[in-house]
Amino acid sequence: MIHTPHVDWFAISTILVLLGASFVALLGAVLVPPRARRAFAASVASLGFAGGLVTSIWLYVTSANGHLVISGAFYRDRWTMLSQIILCGIGLATTLVGAEQIARVRDEHVSEFFSLLLASAAGMAFFVGSANLMVMFLALEWFSIALYVMCAIEYDVEGSLEAGLKYLIIGSFGSAALLFGSALVYGATGRIGFAQIASAVGTQGLDHDAMLVLGLAMIIAGLGFKSSAAPFHMWTPDVYEGAPTTVTAFMSAATKVAAFALAFRVLRTAFPQELYLWGWAFAGIAVASLAIGNLAALVQRNVKRMLAYSSISHAGFLLIGLSAGSALGGRALMYYLVVYAAMAFGSFAVVAARERELGEAVTLDNLAGFGWERPFLGVAMWFFLFGFAGLPLGGGFVAKFYVLSAAYQRGWTWLVIVGVIATLVSLYYYLAVVRAMYMRPSAELRLAPVAGGSPPREPLLHAAVGLALAVSVGSLFAVEPLIDLAKHAVNSLPF
Amino acid sequence: MTISSFTSLLIWLPIGAGIAVWVLPLSRYATGSLAVLVSLLEVGIWIEQATRFDFSHHGLQFAQKTTWIKDLHVSYHVGEYGFSLWLVGLTVVAMTACIGYGFWVGRDRPRAYFGLMLFLTGATVGVFVSQDLLLFYAFFEAMLIPIYVLVGVWGGPGRLGATIKFVIYTMAGSLIMLAALIVYGLKFGTFDLVDGPTSISRWMFLGFMLAFVIKAPLFPFHGWLPDTYRQAPPEVTAVLSGVIAKAGVYGMLRIAITKFPEPTSYYRTFILALAAGALVYGSLLAFRAPDFRGVVAYSSMAQSGLIAIGLFSGTNLGYDGAVLQMVAHGLVSTALFLIAGTVERRTTADQFALLGGMAKGRPALATLLVMLGVISLAVPGSASFAGEFLILAGAFQRHWWWAVIGAVAIVLAAMYMLRLISAVLHQARGSTVSDEALDLRPGELALVVPLVGVLLALSAWPAGISHHSFAGDQPAQQVQDQFK
Repeated sequence: MIHTPHVDWFAISTILVLLGASFVALLGAVLVPPRARRAFAASVASLGFAGGLVTSIWLYVTSANGHLVISGAFYRDRWTMLSQIILCGIGLATTLVGAEQIARVRDEHVSEFFSLLLASAAGMAFFVGSANLMVMFLALEWFSIALYVMCAIEYDVEGSLEAGLKYLIIGSFGSAALLFGSALVYGATGRIGFAQIASAVGTQGLDHDAMLVLGLAMIIAGLGFKSSAAPFHMWTPDVYEGAPTTVTAFMSAATKVAAFALAFRVLRTAFPQELYLWGWAFAGIAVASLAIGNLAALVQRNVKRMLAYSSISHAGFLLIGLSAGSALGGRALMYYLVVYAAMAFGSFAVVAARERELGEAVTLDNLAGFGWERPFLGVAMWFFLFGFAGLPLGGGFVAKFYVLSAAYQRGWTWLVIVGVIATLVSLYYYLAVVRAMYMRPSAELRLAPVAGGSPPREPLLHAAVGLALAVSVGSLFAVEPLIDLAKHAVNSLPF
Repeated sequence: MTISSFTSLLIWLPIGAGIAVWVLPLSRYATGSLAVLVSLLEVGIWIEQATRFDFSHHGLQFAQKTTWIKDLHVSYHVGEYGFSLWLVGLTVVAMTACIGYGFWVGRDRPRAYFGLMLFLTGATVGVFVSQDLLLFYAFFEAMLIPIYVLVGVWGGPGRLGATIKFVIYTMAGSLIMLAALIVYGLKFGTFDLVDGPTSISRWMFLGFMLAFVIKAPLFPFHGWLPDTYRQAPPEVTAVLSGVIAKAGVYGMLRIAITKFPEPTSYYRTFILALAAGALVYGSLLAFRAPDFRGVVAYSSMAQSGLIAIGLFSGTNLGYDGAVLQMVAHGLVSTALFLIAGTVERRTTADQFALLGGMAKGRPALATLLVMLGVISLAVPGSASFAGEFLILAGAFQRHWWWAVIGAVAIVLAAMYMLRLISAVLHQARGSTVSDEALDLRPGELALVVPLVGVLLALSAWPAGISHHSFAGDQPAQQVQDQFK
């Protein structure tokens, strides 16, 4: 008889709730009549994410003493649960936007979309809690495959299929790097558990073992692909541009949260002795991301592409917090992720609204007058962009301050200077969007939507943007409560 | 509600009102009235504070402190010293006049416009009362956002280029300041301006100073100034030169000089030279400028230089004079730009070549412009004279040649101001000046006359400010004690 380990079902309840909702949504694709499918699937998804929020908050409260569950495969601790809370929040917002925006052209595969959305969120929720290399890879593939299909779901829209394929090929490359790196680390240490790897390195004196270091480098590369950090960023602009904007919004926010939360955990837990290596490596990647993201964004006319490059540059800022490798860096990372996720999601959602109105890709030119036509979305976009640029209209300002402080505390004043210069460069393209929305001469305004008539009402999209706006502005005032949450989360990691 | 919370009220009342104006679907008239009402309320709150202010008391008054980011020892700490009280007063008075002007001329998209003007009021007050470095920085940056949009949306034809230049210039300075303040705060374990120690780091000093010399601006960091001042709507230019520029020099006094005594004396000659450069070069440019706004714009740059000379002379007289001059020049340039706006509305031009002969049949305009011009060129007996005299006397104590340069610049000031007055009011009637261009209307008088009235009151009693800015009338000692 096979000996099965004891399973703490409650610890993985968020994942189970999301998966369950995913199955129900998928069943809806067959059992529910077509005209009710959109409402049904969106409701199931909302309920699923709301349920996930409840269980992950509950788990956050009850997991003050972080520990391993399911024979050392999964962390039930506050780092996992805080990441899951953020992921469920993003999922809920995506559902709101998706309910109105996704598959508008043919009105097909709506249930499948929500099913995949829930499945990928479940995979991410699993990913952030993974405690060994096997689970990490499994969860990575789990949510990645769901994302590949989501990118290509509007397969008759030009670019969507291409985006899916491109993401599949390059994403698989990243997964392969991660898997190969994991294998090398296992080969060097004979362990797959994160904590066991660290102790094996300590007891066997493997600090400078070539196989281990190579394995670590490949794991860093694999995670770099997922977090779209330069030089592993090539897929980002194309995929973000081609994917349905709802999916882009979800990816830009949720994938980053999952990738960075896991990266910080695996590096702190499994490779604390190699801090000097991965700290410098990530500092270098951060500088590359800041440089490439910001410079490439300067010349973009397509707003989705510009925001994609901006997300690469924000990966750079997040990596500054990560590379500090300290508790302060961890707090900075979590705070930044919350604020960034809200701003990134919100800005793509606004782009989605304009795209639907015009029926074509949103560029700086056809954004003219948008701010005056749709005041709420315009003002929200205004807040997101100024927040991205680190101006004190929201938590983006505090987030930048935090990661730069972490870099200074590590003794890297040069990295502070780099971050500051990158922010200055970024102002140019963020303000270009504000300029396009508000300041163009009225002759350039394209007041008539392509479809004619007034723009669609989109109450759910407005609600999602309002949610993102509330988080991004509220985080400026509620720094202390958020940092407290992050602090408890960081305390469950070994320092 | 205690008197201390009035400081916070001065910041958050206009910001809250600004958001209300954005959200509520009010009519044009209601929006403007609400904005003017709120700004008058600000003046009222400020008067209430000024009457309760204890000018002999050492240290911060009306203070409030709450933790903002415990982790990094950042707090929401606001409060006022004598000199900050005057600058807050300048802000609320000047903003009231400018918001009133916007209402009078009926700006397009009134909800956005007045919302931004109110937001700007709150942010600017915030700069002058912040006693925490990060909070100061946040407000310093927050001022930029409404100005960017105000210039970009309501400005002249070249506004897009002007806004880019303005933002890139000022943000370059501010972000270097951010790096400097992170280093300061983490090194000393506090961002508090009151409790924070002094530092001898020259890099940090330069980081802070860069932000302030760009904002002020001093030569050669004034590249953004001519375009922005010309393209912005007149009332926004008035705010920029009357109030925002003062935030730059205020920062020099409150942070750079106070927290970095050693680097201040090390770089004193260098910065005095920059300031003298701004003074002389600005005055020359003002003399050469072909338009009303150009003259006032460059003269503000010259005045920023003069104020910086007062501050960096490091003498009692210099500090007193600098504070007086900040307020006096703030009021003068606000009023002058508003008058420039009224002239532009009547003639659609501000080129001297197209103006002239406006005094005839327009006695109110002529009287006010001449009075302001005369105060601005520091005729003995005016508030500006008192300020400039104190600054020059203070500079003389540092070294005689600074006073000589300053005195030369005052002669230049007389030249460009008289040129301005004669080009607008006298000479042959300009091609754009028609008989239909009436004298100032009661609404315009109601905006400019109070400013002139305050200036006349200050002319009569300059000691009202110069003796009530630093406790114990010992500014140099106060700076050395970090205003404790």
